[in-house]
Order: sequence, then structure tokens, then C-alpha cells
Amino acid sequence: MNPMDEATRTIDMGSDERVRRRGGSAVLRMTEVEAAELASAPRDPVTGEQADERMILNMGPAHPSTHGVLRLLLEMEGETVLRSKPVIGYLHTGMEKTGENLTFLQGPTNVTRMDYASPLFSELVFSLATEQLLGIEVPARATWIRMLMCELNRAASHLLFQATNGMDLGAVSMMIYGWREREEVLRFFEKVTGLRMNHNYIRPGGVAADLPDGWQDDIRHLLDIIPPRLDEYAVLLNDQPIFRARLQGVGVLEPAEALALSATGPILRATGYDWDLRRDEPYLAYDQVDFDVVVGTCGDAFDRFAVRLEEIRQSLHIVEQILDLLPGGDFRTQDKKVTPPPRARIDESMEALIHHFKIFTEGFHVPEGEVYAAVESPRGELGCYLVSDGGPKPYRMHIRGPSFANLQTLPHLMHGRLVADAVAVISSVDPIMGEVDR
Amino acid sequence: MSENDVSTDEHVAAPVASTTMSGQTVLHPVRDAYMATVESLRDGGYCTATDLTVVDYLTHPGRTDLPEGVEPERYEVVVGLFDHTRRERVRLRIQVPAEDPTLPSLFDLFPGTEAMEREAYDLFGVCFDGHPDHSRILLPEDWTGHPLRKDEGIGAIPVQFKAASERR
Repeated sequence: MNPMDEATRTIDMGSDERVRRRGGSAVLRMTEVEAAELASAPRDPVTGEQADERMILNMGPAHPSTHGVLRLLLEMEGETVLRSKPVIGYLHTGMEKTGENLTFLQGPTNVTRMDYASPLFSELVFSLATEQLLGIEVPARATWIRMLMCELNRAASHLLFQATNGMDLGAVSMMIYGWREREEVLRFFEKVTGLRMNHNYIRPGGVAADLPDGWQDDIRHLLDIIPPRLDEYAVLLNDQPIFRARLQGVGVLEPAEALALSATGPILRATGYDWDLRRDEPYLAYDQVDFDVVVGTCGDAFDRFAVRLEEIRQSLHIVEQILDLLPGGDFRTQDKKVTPPPRARIDESMEALIHHFKIFTEGFHVPEGEVYAAVESPRGELGCYLVSDGGPKPYRMHIRGPSFANLQTLPHLMHGRLVADAVAVISSVDPIMGEVDR
Repeated sequence: MSENDVSTDEHVAAPVASTTMSGQTVLHPVRDAYMATVESLRDGGYCTATDLTVVDYLTHPGRTDLPEGVEPERYEVVVGLFDHTRRERVRLRIQVPAEDPTLPSLFDLFPGTEAMEREAYDLFGVCFDGHPDHSRILLPEDWTGHPLRKDEGIGAIPVQFKAASERR
């Protein structure tokens, strides 16, 4: 872990004035009605031509390259995108409101469904926030298991990105390869948590279960098969002129622009800005493992692709270290307040039975207060703002979704590019709509 | 857990009440000092706005984590700023009364708050003066109400699929 060196500070930050200047010309700010009126603007009665060459093109929400249900209003002049507006909300199910009606113990079942490509991170950030409010310590083994699972999840999420990014750019075989490797990781998740996705594995107080017997062999298997296949991706994609031409120089973002737009994660790092919460605001035990923060140079779509590809290697490097460093002990806190009694005790002790019943019906009470916890998810800073009124349910549960903020870069990245580049840009931002819409 | 004091942060012009919550710095500027506080924080190195959200304290009015001199109001806008050089976070909690739920927009200082302020308006009905696109973001444009307010109920509503009957 290198401390932030001088090179980063003296990096050419560009100017966030550019965001403001370009904001008017890149971001389309109009309602559906206005857009519809503009799209059906009458032709000039004399010449029969439209008033100008601009038109509004609607892309999505069911377009295959929009990764779910993102919809874009594009203002086009010929093939060139002028202004654009991401229209979101198609997956909005009020999960923050739902979170207010679930106990702290049930909370992870809700948040895990937000970012469905990296569910463990949502569970983690919710659990960290709850534990800060409770003021409890989590056993070392639980912390390291969380780290192991999250790094594998980061690898799985970036593998999914490699697959979809390849698919969007016409490298369809890449899609199959990416899914194939991701499936290997998900198979391990299924073994540990019982589910491939939406695990509800990381809970306030620790994790739901200890790692199963023989987990080391499964990890070694993953460490054996995935890195050589990453080399294959590099041959398949990096060495391919068409792929490079589709990405290089497309959707360039400067560090200052990324910061001004609150973009985080690989998008920010691809601009050359050296920033990773795992190193700069260490949580779990990231200060005890060795890894590199991967940065790009020019902030284009190719850099975002390359940063994610290398981050898979770094995640696997962390996993490899955890294999040796994982301490023994409990996988969840023995604090009776948050942890239900062991199953065997329930048969013997009336108090244990009552305690078990109370935890799963009423839930445990969390002291009054408010707290913000943040982790580095595969898409950037994933935050959880929790307010407790002293009851067993959060008074307010807000998730700061990195994709939600990152989506704001889209109009700036697409401005002045061809509509074909728009597909590459959406793909390189890698939004997960479940988290955007919540 | 929270110690109350009035600090004069080196970067904050006017004295702003601050508390510490689980090691996190929380500032409580009054509404009129909101913009000045954020601006001086930005000039002092807080280079990015990570988060902006609202809490509706309708059913929990007696909260005890506010410092002396800060009048609790129904809405509280919570803004998170991050100083990357010093690696410090600061959180601002601004009390916004229910009868006039407006705040100036941070768009000019942090363009990244555009979507967050739209979300805050959409879900809580807090308005942001000077916002370039003050519209709903998650809910349909013709939606009425602000569902994350505490006086909005939970439960399902019948969904009318447009043109569903025409196709049959």
C-alpha cells in the first residue's frame, strides 16, 4: 500500500469549471412533455424541413446495452449526441422506506437487493453502520471473512463487467467467458451462504455462518483458474485493434470533473486520481493486507476497462493473503444483545428460548443516534446513513449508491460523440440500476 | 457519545455548532449560514460532496443529539463532504422547517449534488432554490406526494398499465 504520493497531488486537475461550462451544453434538462413536443416539432410549412436538424432520440429503458432499465433521452444532430439526460426510476421500489419497516437484523435482506451484482457490499455497509450505532466490536475472524467474501464479490462484479462490456462492444465470446469465471465465484458463494446472489450473509454482529470445511481448496481452485483466464482476456480484448478503437479516447473525464460530479470508484481512478477508500479510509482489516490501487492515465473508456481488469487481480491478491492470515475464533460477536443463542441452548433453557424469540420478532434495540458508514464497492463509494430513534428498526436508512452519482457523468462523457460511442460509455460507467433506483 | 460545543473551525467563517458522533464530525449550520458554510468548507479543501439526503423527524421530534441552540425542525437535510488531502469527512445537518421546506441548491458549488437534490425533492418534497432541473427523478413526473415522508403510508397501490386495455 503506497501512501498517496506527490505525483497525485501535482496531477493536472484540469478545471471543474469545465463541468459547469459544459453542464449547459451536455446535460439535457427537460421534462417528458417538453421532449415529446420537441420530438414532434412541426415541419416548416414553406420548405417542408424541420426547424433544425436536432432530434430527440429515446434509448431504452429496454435497450440491451443499457444494463437493465436505464433510459436515455439523447438530443442528436445527425449521428452526434449533443445533450442527454439519463431517465431513471424504472426499478424504484422504495427500498429506503422498506428499510424503515424492517428490524436491524432483517435490514441486510433488503439492502442486498440494491446492487445485485455486488450484494455483499450493501450488506457490509449496512452492518458496519449498525455496529457503529450499537458500539460493538466484531470478532477478528468475522472481519476477515467479510473481507474475503467482499474481495471475491469485487472480482465477480468486475468479471460481470468484463462480460457485459465485451458484449456491448461486439466481443460476444467475451460475454460467455466473463460469465463463466463469475459463475465459479458464485458457486463458492453458494457453498458458503446458500445463495448465489442476495446472500444476507453479512449481518450486524458478524456473518451468518462460518466458512464450510474445505473452503481453502475452493479458494485455491479459484486462484488457480482465474488469473490465467484474465491473461486470455487481455489477449482477446487488449490486443484487439477494433476493441481498442471503440474505447480509446472515448468518454474522457478529467479528475476535477469526476470529483465535481461526485464520481467515485473505477471512474475516478481511471482519470489518474489515486483514491480508494480501502487504503485511504481503511475499514475492516485492509490496513493489514497488501494491494495496489489501480489508476488509469487519461480517463477514457479504455482506462475504465483496464482499471477493472487489473482490480480483479488485486482482489485475488488480497484473497490469497487472507488464505494465510484468516484468524480463528468466532464468526459473530458473542454480544447477547445482537446474537441469538446457539440452537442447542434453546432446548435446555427457557431464557434462551425467550431471547431467541425476542430477537427474531421484536429485534434488538439500537441506541439513538445517526451515523454514516462507507465502503469501497466495485462501483465506488457505497455509503449508508442510518438514523436510530432507539427502537429495533432504523428511523431512516439511506444508501448512497455509487452508480446513482456516477450516472451524472454520462451526459458529459457522451457530449459530442457518436451514438455508437454512447453504448461504450454506458458500459464503461457500469451502472447497476437496482442501486440507482433503490 | 456526542459532545456538544461551539467550534470555530479554521475554514468556517461564522461559528457553527458542531458535534462528534462515533468519531465523525457533524456541523449544524443554521439555514441562512448553509451556503456560506459549505462554500468555506469547499475552499478549505473539502473537494467532493459524497452525499445529500433528508430525514423526516415527524414521528421522532425529541431527538437528543443536537447541540444547544439548534432548534429541531421536521426536516433535516444531511450533506456529506470529503476532504481527500486530509482524508476527513464532515457531515452537515441543516434544520428545515415543515412550513417552508426550502434550501439553496449546492449545484453551483458541487455539480454532483444535482441528482441527489432531485432525489431529496422527489422523496421528501424539500425544494432547492437555484437548482437547474428541479424535477422528480425516481418517481413519474405526474406523481403526487413525497413517499419517504413519515406521514405517507406504506403498502401497495394498484398500477394502471397504460394502454393495457387498448391492446386487448
